[in-house]
Amino acid sequence: MKARKDVLPPLPDIGGPAQPLLTVRGLTKHFPLKSGFLGRASGVVQAVDDLNFEVRKGETLGIVGESGCGKSTTSRLVMALMAPTAGEVLFDGQVVGGRELPLKEYRRQVQMVFQDSYASLNPRLTIEESIGFAPEVHGLARKDARARARDLLAAVGLNPDQFARRYPHELSGGQRQRINIARALALRPRLVILDEPVSALDKSVEAQVLNLLQDLKAQFGLTYIFISHDLNVVQYMSDRVLVMYLGRVAEVGPVGAIYAAAAHPYTAALLASRPSMDPDLRRTEPPLTGDPPNPINPPSGCRFHTRCAFAEPVCSITVPPLHPAPAGQSASCLMVVPESGHSRAPELAA
Amino acid sequence: MTEPLVHVRNLNVRFVSRDATVHAVNGVSFDLAERESLCILGESGSGKSVTLRALMALNPPRRTQLSGTVRVGGHDIIAASERKMADIRGSTVSMIFQEPMTALDPVFTIGRQIAETVMRHEGLSRGAADARALELLELVQIPSAKRRLAAYPHELSGGLRQRAMIAIALSCRPRLLLADEPTTALDATVQIQILLLLRRLQEEMGMGVIFVTHDLGVAGEIADRVAVMYAGKFIEEGPVRGLMRSPLHPYAQGLLGATVHSGLRGERLTTIPGAPPNLERVPQGCAFAPRCAHVEEACLPRVPEFRSPTPGHAARCVRVPQAA
Amino acid sequence: MLLYLVRRVLYAIPIALAVGLVCFMLVQIAPGDPINAIVPADAPQEVVEQVRRDYGLDKPLPIQFGLWISRVVQGDLGRSLATGRPVTADLVSAIGNTLMLALVAAGIGFVMGSILGTIAAVFRGSLLDKAAVGFAAAGVSIPHYWLGMVLVVLFSVTLNWLPAMGAGPGGSGSWAWDWEHVKFLILPAVTLSVIPMGIITRTVRGVVMELLNQDFVTTLRGKGLRRGGIALHVVKNAAPSVLAVMGLQLGYLMGGSILVETVFSWPGTGFLLNSAIFQRDLPVLQGTILVLAIFFVVLNLAVDLIQTALDPRIRRA
Repeated sequence: MKARKDVLPPLPDIGGPAQPLLTVRGLTKHFPLKSGFLGRASGVVQAVDDLNFEVRKGETLGIVGESGCGKSTTSRLVMALMAPTAGEVLFDGQVVGGRELPLKEYRRQVQMVFQDSYASLNPRLTIEESIGFAPEVHGLARKDARARARDLLAAVGLNPDQFARRYPHELSGGQRQRINIARALALRPRLVILDEPVSALDKSVEAQVLNLLQDLKAQFGLTYIFISHDLNVVQYMSDRVLVMYLGRVAEVGPVGAIYAAAAHPYTAALLASRPSMDPDLRRTEPPLTGDPPNPINPPSGCRFHTRCAFAEPVCSITVPPLHPAPAGQSASCLMVVPESGHSRAPELAA
Repeated sequence: MTEPLVHVRNLNVRFVSRDATVHAVNGVSFDLAERESLCILGESGSGKSVTLRALMALNPPRRTQLSGTVRVGGHDIIAASERKMADIRGSTVSMIFQEPMTALDPVFTIGRQIAETVMRHEGLSRGAADARALELLELVQIPSAKRRLAAYPHELSGGLRQRAMIAIALSCRPRLLLADEPTTALDATVQIQILLLLRRLQEEMGMGVIFVTHDLGVAGEIADRVAVMYAGKFIEEGPVRGLMRSPLHPYAQGLLGATVHSGLRGERLTTIPGAPPNLERVPQGCAFAPRCAHVEEACLPRVPEFRSPTPGHAARCVRVPQAA
Repeated sequence: MLLYLVRRVLYAIPIALAVGLVCFMLVQIAPGDPINAIVPADAPQEVVEQVRRDYGLDKPLPIQFGLWISRVVQGDLGRSLATGRPVTADLVSAIGNTLMLALVAAGIGFVMGSILGTIAAVFRGSLLDKAAVGFAAAGVSIPHYWLGMVLVVLFSVTLNWLPAMGAGPGGSGSWAWDWEHVKFLILPAVTLSVIPMGIITRTVRGVVMELLNQDFVTTLRGKGLRRGGIALHVVKNAAPSVLAVMGLQLGYLMGGSILVETVFSWPGTGFLLNSAIFQRDLPVLQGTILVLAIFFVVLNLAVDLIQTALDPRIRRA
């Protein structure tokens, strides 16, 4: 067994610990909308617009935002499941899809877990077939793929003898999500994108899966991108947090800085929208009114200005750049950009 | 003594099919006073939605067996004919649902869906009902209400759809509003708006409200009292503060402990091992016993009675002390 | 909405032209020289050439097609080879007869199908449901010429209640909506209605059953609407998909069942097609198929427009 050459060895670190595992530069995705006579383009959904961020080795980057903010598009772009309109993704310093890092090789290194645990499993495959499928496609012998599947079942806390031969419909939602996690780990990836992995689960099961994710991260030396609409879960899981609004980064930085001293008014409003767990501290006023606008033809300038309490005329003209904020994060708000023309902008440091 | 708005005693709901009988609700009893708000907290399959629907006999008609006593606003719901129920629904008691996209008819305008309820119960003319629909859209704070009357559900955002749903439910000034996870499908900044709107409308209109949710935060924002459901039973009931600060039942403690909130970073989450029981058989004894860390012999022979250490707060657990 | 309508009508024109081309090519593809069907086999060569010129058969195909289309647009479909009469005249009377039969059959089939389907869906799993489903399956599977003959044996031969064939005592020319004439219509219409009835029953049952499981029906019950009020919502939701199937069925019925019209000697398009095929009467064949195909195109367009008008979710841009 040991003598056999491992066709799917653990993946090597290339750039060293200082090199970000994932670098996203100017990533943009626009979907043209067709309608009108003979299908002229009548509008553009700016799903993701000029996105820049890094994911460091061994960290968990949380991505939060409401519907239409582009978090799912972002994950699909990072997974190279769709082609970007502009921009590029670098993995450990290498351009994804370039000569050094072809897509097939990249997809071994990055795996994804989705919200819907049932839809992401082939109903006609047994659990061990599902988990062993990708390793087999990548050249592992069937016997070894099955053995790996059983090891992974044990790693996600399911008894292999009991579960290996079952089918997805025989399992509960929490068990299926464990299977999905095991399947994502089958190729020994370095980066796992978790897209709302616990949103469909009950609270008691959610806690089990979150604990499991923390354990696996330590055990396999993983890096996570954790996408969720639940701010408490993101706070619990993440080292750094990226807040998205209508396809752009509103704020990004260490979890402590963002949750303690949000620099972007949208982040502050989002945090203040969490129901209080204390009946004596009930909210009295909603932090924001209305729904997030439609990403088709979004507002000009700062996209948040239509709902922002601090908006001034300059906000509808100038697109705020991502700028360092006092607590250590970066925010794209004219109120943190010196001399931006906003009355609350800081003085230019001497 | 006047009768409470809702009076439920030993409610049982069974779903019967050829393959199996599911005992979804097993002996639920509670009262709700006028203007009071109760939150039923539980995980999927606990029977919380089924209980809620039983209050207006809205579970699937031919498969559902109801027994026990359910009185709402003085009406006997279990004995009522379908015809009588149709008069009660929408006027005395009405309901809002989790997913406003599927709960609204896609091919009728919002205005029409509100107006038809008013016309049905209050016999208003089409014109008067349309005028009422406009007032209601303004009441639930839908901007450009007049234009929105002619909108179809798919033309509205999620938050506006849920507001329209609330407008329909409130159109005939019900005494009791039932809400089945009304904010679960909404974005965070919209969820809080809807919760605050419901709280304000409840105060203004003086309704009793029963919320069903799996979200402790929602309960904390809106409830006067909370009941925790497990395997078709209320296992704990009490005032919102007492229950959220010092839950009595091990399951309620586990549920609160498993809920992620700020300040838990770096700590390991407490979990409840195992899974809820299969309700094709009514569990003998305490249904939570197989998952409970404190299980003892007294838990098994029969379902523990409610024990109440402080007034108004009680749990079905043998370990809870009974105040004299 | 108007823009959408104009666009849909414009889209229909190339489809109609393509249909015309196929019909035109029918004559060219058919084995043998069409000229042989016109002139006697022993006619001298000059006569053949003369006829060829008269019919324009000596010109290149695209020109022939252009000439043919321009005549068709003016309502001239040529003359029947068999009778020498203008095809248009024969066709108009045949289409009138088939239309009458088809509409009556569709009326019976659609109304009965909708009723049976709704009953089956509302009482799902009951004996009523099983009976309706069985009836629908039988309707779709029983060969209708056979059913027609059985009905003739039963009601014409044995009971002598209804006439077995023809379109009225004086032929189709003197049709009137009185019992003397209508009784000729009953047996063929009932025979023809059985298939659409079965298909509509199944469709309505499926659509209504799905709708009754939708959340919004629970909302409607929760608002206190009674059965009638809920039915209104279900009908409006079901209408687009049911109408689409009905339109298609009406199209098939307009094709006139060759077999049913032959069994009952009903002078419609099916009957016309049947005789044209046996007599190799190409102009008649061509004209009939063209008109029926155009009818199908128009019917599809109409169904599309009605669907768009009924369902606000379909974009009207």
